[in-house]
This record gives sequence, C-alpha cells and structure tokens, in this order.
Amino acid sequence: MGFLARERQVAPPGWNRWLVPPAALAIHLSIGQAYAWSVFKTPLEKSLGITGTQSALPFQLGIVMLGLSAAVLGTTVERRGPRWAMLMSLIAFCSGLLISAAGVWAGQYWVVVLGYGLVGGIGLGIGYISPVSTLIKWFPDRPGMATGIAIMGFGGGALIASPWSTSMLTAFGATTSGIGKAFLVHGIAYAVFMSVGVLLIRLPSREFTAEKVALLKDKPKANVGFNVSANNAIKTPQFWLLWVVLCFNVTAGIGILEKAAPMLVDFFKESSTPVAATAATGFVALLSAANMAGRFVWSSTSDIVGRKNIYRLYLGVGALLYLVLLTAGSTSTPLFVIAAMVILSFYGAGFATVPAYLRDLFGTYQVGAIHGRLLTAWSVAGVLGPLIVNAIADAGKKAGHVGPDLYATSFYIMISLLVVGFVANELIRPVDPKFHEPEAAGETGKPSPKPDDEATVAKWNEAEAAESADKEDAEGVVKK
Amino acid sequence: MSSPQESRSSTLLLAGAWLWVGLPLAYGLYRLFLNAAKLFV
Repeated sequence: MGFLARERQVAPPGWNRWLVPPAALAIHLSIGQAYAWSVFKTPLEKSLGITGTQSALPFQLGIVMLGLSAAVLGTTVERRGPRWAMLMSLIAFCSGLLISAAGVWAGQYWVVVLGYGLVGGIGLGIGYISPVSTLIKWFPDRPGMATGIAIMGFGGGALIASPWSTSMLTAFGATTSGIGKAFLVHGIAYAVFMSVGVLLIRLPSREFTAEKVALLKDKPKANVGFNVSANNAIKTPQFWLLWVVLCFNVTAGIGILEKAAPMLVDFFKESSTPVAATAATGFVALLSAANMAGRFVWSSTSDIVGRKNIYRLYLGVGALLYLVLLTAGSTSTPLFVIAAMVILSFYGAGFATVPAYLRDLFGTYQVGAIHGRLLTAWSVAGVLGPLIVNAIADAGKKAGHVGPDLYATSFYIMISLLVVGFVANELIRPVDPKFHEPEAAGETGKPSPKPDDEATVAKWNEAEAAESADKEDAEGVVKK
Repeated sequence: MSSPQESRSSTLLLAGAWLWVGLPLAYGLYRLFLNAAKLFV
C-alpha cells in the first residue's frame, strides 16, 4: 500500500522536526479520552440498567487491551512505521466508539464492552506506542522532552474529553438515544482529529542523519552506540529491573489518585479546618494538572540530569513525600496538597521518561516494541494500586479507624514499593554487549553510510529473512 | 536553500499543526483550572 509503505513515510528534505510532536499529540490527546470514561458510567447504568461494576468493564478491558496490544503488536508497529500504526489506532479506537454507539442504541451492554473495551483497547495500545520511536529518532538530543510531550498528551486527553463528553450528554440527553449519539459524534470527531497525526507523521530522512551528527556534537552522552532487539531486551536483567521501577512507581501514584477526594476530606475531618466535598473535587483537578505537567517537566529535565538520576528523584523523594503525608499531612492542608501534587507529578513523569530510559539502555532499533512490552508493568500496577488502597481503606473502616489512620497502612506499603523501585533502579547497569545487534548504523555518532530509517528497514529485512528461514527449517522445508 | 514562499508555507503548516492540538488542550486546561479553583473558594 503506497501511502502506508515505510519508504513513503520518510520526510522530504527540509521537513521541520517540530511537526512530529503535534502529530504524536493528535493521537495521544484522542486516545487519552479513555481516562474520561467515568463520564459515561452513570448514564449507562441508568439507561441500560447495569451495575457500577458492569459499567466500569469497558474501561478496564480497554486498559488491559492497551497493555496486551502494545506488548504483542510492538514489533509490527516498529516494522510498519508510525503512519501505519497511527492509522490502525484511528480505525480501531474510532470503530470501538461507533460499535459502542450501535450497542447502546440496540440496548446491548456486551456490544459496548466488546466495542469500547476490546476493539477500542487495541487502538489505545497501538496508538500509545505509535509515535515513541519516531520521536526519539527525530530528537536524539532531547529524547526525554520529545516523549514527554507525547505522553503528556495522554494525560491531556482526559482533560479535553471530560467536559466535552459531559456537555454532549447534557445536549443529547442521558438516554440510550442520547448516549448513542454522543458515542457516534466522538467516533467521527476523533477520526478527523487523529487523521492530522496520520498525515503529519514522518520518519527522519537521509538529510536529517547528517543534521543529527551536528545536534549530538555538544552532547556526547546523548549518543547511543549500540542496539538491542526486543526479543533480546526481555532476556536482560535491565528490562526487568526497569519493569519493577515502572510498576512500583505507577502503583505508588495510583495509591493517591484512586482515593484522592475522600482522602483529603478524611485527613482533615477532625481538624479545625475541615475540607468540603466540592473543594476536594478541586484537589482532584490539581492532581490531574500535576500529573500532566510532570510528564513534560521532569521528562525534559531527565535529558539534562540523566535518566537514572531522575528516577532516583521520583522514587526516593516520592517515598519521603509519602512519609511527610503520614507524619505531618494532617497538620496543614497546603502541605498535604503540595506533597500529593509532587507525588502525582512523579507518577506521570515515570510514564513519560521510560521510553528515553529504554533508548539509553537498548538503542533506537526496536525501542517502540520494547516499550510496548514494558507497558505490561502498567497493566499490573493498574490492578495492584487500587486493590491495595481500597482493600486497606475498607478494612480500616470496618475496624473503626477514622481520618488519616484509614490510609496509614497503604502509605507504608507505597513507601516500601518505592524503596524497592529505588533499589531496582540502582541495580540498572549498561546492557551486556553480548545482547547488542552486530551493527548499529546511524547510532554511533559518526556519519553513517545509510540514514537511520534505511538502516532500520535493512535490519528489518534481514530479521524477517532470518525468521522465515528458521520457520522453514523447523517445518523441514528448507535445510540450512 | 528554500524559497521565501516555501518557508512561509512551512511556517504556516507548523503553526496550523500546533494550533490543531493546542486549542483543544487549552480548552481542557481552562476547564481544569475552573475546577481546581473550587479548592480555594
């Protein structure tokens, strides 16, 4: 297919690299809608007569599918290129919304689960990893900042979708007909919005390879002189240590995010300045802002201070801030709010910085695919975090605990997880050269005979040829 | 060297692309800060 061929995705001469972040944002701002699913929950419960647990299922399945499809389809995304990946994401995500519209109109709850959760979830996974390796290739001097912009978009998507979907449901009505119309408009509007990303995304050209040498001239440390394939990466301890780092950092953030509003109210219930429930919704909004800002600010900072150091900050200072909440959180509302905001900024930043960390450890060759596999840590944390906080708070209530005591045990667990994550980060060393790919064209900082993408295509062709030869061997058709 | 016309269309494309994503994001942030203000009221 001409338009989607990898060769056709290469930028023409003079293509401005600052067009790549808006292309990535067009995708991430759209798929970030998933985090605004809660807007549809109550209307769906009332119109379809389902329970709260049932209405949460499309979102939960969507997040599970995000992790699974990113892990399974990561190498295909790398091979086919970002334009193909973004188009597939557009088709899957928007089809999911349209199928949900049909499901609601027909009064079939399971159609919504399969449409939004299964089909749409595949779109989330492909879309999430689609721009990552392309951004890293265009911004070898600032990979943290580049991926920070895109992944900030995923957080920003909910900020846009939440008020927009609410207004739509108010206009159309929270009936099956109104919800169906809202899903239909979402599907069409997101298809138009995402298509700009599909049209704008480009892979670096031959011309840019020469420019890259100049960009990296003053930043010798920013250069990675080797590549590790996705299959080899998961055999290294570095991948699994980083998996633990991401999983525990995310779990610690979810620890606050999951119960933010009731937590603030409970902490100051017995004090002279109790917090009203409306004020607590403002607190949740501030946490969202911190989560989003952290993705850009801290990830960009990692380009200056280094990836290992920035994770020391997220995990080490994160643990200390949890301790501050435990010991002094109930003494002052501003102190509580600021500490929680910084913890949430570290939570978002953990997501945003990890692609650049992977690039430092494994090179750019299959960084998108490796990132996809690492996202399984997110799926685990997504179950672990809420489970810990809710189970402990419920048990605390049954035992008659009130105020900050309700959260003390879960905070201690979060501190322990962050400390384990800190130790895992300390144990990360450069990858053993035995895992390196034989050649790393375009990544050594020296002028390469082939530009980045030609080298990548050549590598893919070699890998595919080797793979098919192995398959034929196994089937006994061709003997080596 | 690109011609002034090419340079102008390149700048327009860049501005358009950033506005395409920037305007919805600005709307989202505006609504977020309206909500956040409730904490201080």
